[in-house]
Amino acid sequence: MLDANPEGYTTADGRKIGGVLMEMRNITLRFGGVKAITDISFDIREGEIRAIIGPNGAGKSSMLNVISGFYVPQEGEVWFHGQRRAPMKPYEVARQGIARTFQNIALFDGMSVLDNIMTGRLTMMKTGLFSQALWWGRAQAEETEHREKVERIIDFLEIQSIRKTPVGRLPYGLKKRVELARALAAEPKLLLLDEPMAGMNVEEKEDMSRFILDVNDEFGTTIALIEHDMGVVMDLSDRVVVMDYGKKIGDGTPDEVRANQAVIDAYLGVAHD
Amino acid sequence: MFYREAGDFKTSYKDDSQTFPIRFDRRGYYAALLLGFAVLPFLLNDYWTNAVFIPFLIYAIAALGLNILVGYCGQLSLGTGGFMAVGAYACYKLTTAFPDINIVFHILAAGVITAGVGVLFGLPSLRIKGFYLAVATLAAQFFLVWLFNRVPWFYNYSASGQISMPERTVFGIPVTGAQVAPWAGYLVCLAFVVLLAWMARNLTRGATGRKWMAIRDMDIAAEIIGVNPLRAKLTAFAVSSFYVGIAGALFFSVYLGAVEVGEAFGIEKSFAVLFMIIIGGLGSIFGSFAGAAFMVVLPVLIKLVLVDSWGWPTDLAAHIRLMIVGALIIIFLIAEPHGMAQLWRLAKEKLRLWPFPH
Amino acid sequence: MVLPDQVLFAMEAALNGLLSGVMYALVALGFVLIFKASGIFNYAQGVMALFAALTLVGIQQGQVPFADLINLIPGVEVHSFGWTVPSVLAIVLTGLVMIGMALIIEALILKHLVNQPPIILFMATIGLAYFLEGLGDTMWGADIKTMDVGLPQGMSGTIDNVTNAWFGYGFYVDQLNIVATVVAAVLVALLMLFSQYSKQGRALRAVADDHQAALSVGISLRFIWVLVWSIAGFVALVAGIMWGARSGVQFSLSLIALKALPVLMLGGFTSIPGAIVGGLIIGIGEQLFEFWVGPLVGGATENWFAYVLALVFLVFRPQGLFGEKIIERV
Repeated sequence: MLDANPEGYTTADGRKIGGVLMEMRNITLRFGGVKAITDISFDIREGEIRAIIGPNGAGKSSMLNVISGFYVPQEGEVWFHGQRRAPMKPYEVARQGIARTFQNIALFDGMSVLDNIMTGRLTMMKTGLFSQALWWGRAQAEETEHREKVERIIDFLEIQSIRKTPVGRLPYGLKKRVELARALAAEPKLLLLDEPMAGMNVEEKEDMSRFILDVNDEFGTTIALIEHDMGVVMDLSDRVVVMDYGKKIGDGTPDEVRANQAVIDAYLGVAHD
Repeated sequence: MFYREAGDFKTSYKDDSQTFPIRFDRRGYYAALLLGFAVLPFLLNDYWTNAVFIPFLIYAIAALGLNILVGYCGQLSLGTGGFMAVGAYACYKLTTAFPDINIVFHILAAGVITAGVGVLFGLPSLRIKGFYLAVATLAAQFFLVWLFNRVPWFYNYSASGQISMPERTVFGIPVTGAQVAPWAGYLVCLAFVVLLAWMARNLTRGATGRKWMAIRDMDIAAEIIGVNPLRAKLTAFAVSSFYVGIAGALFFSVYLGAVEVGEAFGIEKSFAVLFMIIIGGLGSIFGSFAGAAFMVVLPVLIKLVLVDSWGWPTDLAAHIRLMIVGALIIIFLIAEPHGMAQLWRLAKEKLRLWPFPH
Repeated sequence: MVLPDQVLFAMEAALNGLLSGVMYALVALGFVLIFKASGIFNYAQGVMALFAALTLVGIQQGQVPFADLINLIPGVEVHSFGWTVPSVLAIVLTGLVMIGMALIIEALILKHLVNQPPIILFMATIGLAYFLEGLGDTMWGADIKTMDVGLPQGMSGTIDNVTNAWFGYGFYVDQLNIVATVVAAVLVALLMLFSQYSKQGRALRAVADDHQAALSVGISLRFIWVLVWSIAGFVALVAGIMWGARSGVQFSLSLIALKALPVLMLGGFTSIPGAIVGGLIIGIGEQLFEFWVGPLVGGATENWFAYVLALVFLVFRPQGLFGEKIIERV
């Protein structure tokens, strides 16, 4: 149904989804003899919230790592913006406009919240070393300009009061939020969220869901996320890829996936008789 | 009472990111500058200038440099002595080859040359990390000292194998050589310190500093958010070596005047500077100064107390000093890994609220 | 057999290099033990060897510890108890001192630095090195001492005769180096047996594998730490005796021990065979390099050769010869 509309589609709640932003073609990833991902293909469309789900060890995180350039697959192609992506370093991928958060929070503990979020804009800061050392007009102006952008994100995620707190002192839920802020600061075209709600209580989960929807809505950011909480996934996402043992076993809207027999088997177990 | 930020509102991001956001700190800083430039040169006698103030200033530069590499970028180096030697020998070769050019430019050029050497030895930092890298920097330390000791071109084929600094002037006043007045050397060092500390502060509060700290705190995450790790590390090596090179050049030209490389820039020097930043505070500009001051004053103090007033033998006092330094390193690492700078910060946080802590 | 002089000289250099390589390996072993069991890169290993050697000589000669300090009391003048202690007894006593040191290090330093990043622990051991150096000097004085525990020294007649018969040129090999080689081989064998077959050895390997898991099956981490630091102290004692007998007990002994670091970088920090092979490569390599290249560049290349070799090597194989490849994860 979806593939028939190369120009995109309109969701039930009336959001316009565009053409293909990123496409994975026949990706296979091996660690030594172990296959983490076997021949998986799917696409992510502009403006949509795309979820990757599956039981533990299904290869979801590996998939995210392939997208963000941390792992290079042995087989298959990654297409971004209609171009085949040559194998590149993670920092080059980041400069193409892909930002992410991590399953086990990867913030810079020695820095303040503000500085952490400012690191999200490093790829956009261009003043030279010498000019920075002398703090000349340009370096200072650039710092202020980016600070303003970052302050908007701080407002958006409601973390004004902890701006200058060292990240190491924050509770878990807030750390997750700061990490999201850092990823948003990069103004990514594609935002990858690795279990954004893992380890949160119900209230924190609701907050986070709201932020994810708002990001998608207000900035039009395309989002790909991994999540365990099925309820959350089904509410949030437009389309879902289901993985099990490194293979794709389902792909479609939440309703379609829910009705898929292979998915039900993978999640509930199947009687082998 | 005087130390507070209430009523001291910031209305722009520029004001908010300044170095001393609290008015009292700002005034203290200007007062210290005034004291250093305009008052101290008249007050200090030769002993205090030569034994305490000049080495303090020079070590502060080296500590700033090493702190950029270790404290901000997280790359441990044990090659500081070797890099100081590069600065010293570069300065010597330049000033003997081009005696008419002002010594200040030679010192800066020595820093640039050291930066180049630092980048060269920093290249392996992409592949190796942590104490592996620390051991690798020992290669720089031993190789460089050997080089300056064994290749006669570096010491202009002098019979003693030493290098000695000819007289050079700034604004017509001798700052190096036998005739130098201590206050002149002191002012040259002070000028370099102020300039370099200000630059270090600017670098560490901006984009470059954030790249370094990101690499230090979690290198993989830094790379994934778009920091090129090799570039960030090499920049740190370059800037750090620039500072260390200038420190080496000053140490040779202004402080010692004549140098035998193994003695002046041996591995002991590497450790001395490392200890300064551990005790002073890793990742802190103020800490570099505090640590340098501490490590310079400690031996003087020990000599004053143990040798001069209690009449202990000098070598015994030296052994006791080793024990004290070693013990202090361990104590600081256990009790306050961020060093004296953190103690100072905590004291200030208390002061802000004083005398009404609630 | 008639070989050109140059080849013979090179062979002699290589043989001597091989034997000093064993000495490097001996020091490197101490590093590997501590690193495996606690993840600590013990910079103080070299100074521990110096301290052990100083203590051994001091006990043997009946020196009064802290004599310089005691003599500060007006009217007191002590230097020696006036007796000498037999070598074997002195070695045992020094061994006890090293065990005592391990206990103190565990209680005063390691216990407080659990879960710190390795780089902090590394810097703490640098502090420890300084402290021990100062302590050794304060206890026993900083003058150069000769170590005499009855090890044979001087040219080995056997090797001289044999090589003379073979090549018509007698190799100069110090008997001490041969003894050191034998001792190192025995020590390595003992350590391997200990770690394979004793209960404590199994606990040690368990801790090396996974701290948390080892704790959960009831292994006491603190006991293990005291154990490895004691063994490392014992290895330091042996290394101190060998090096001390060779070139006198003085500060440079701790610097020679620094050469164990490049040995480890070659061999990998976690591998006992690696420490031995690395030691041999460096021992032979630096002798041959000095023999061939040294004269061209002014000599004394053994000051840096090991480090630069290790540096170059690391760039191509960061985990060392025998280390395990590290897979990075997010």
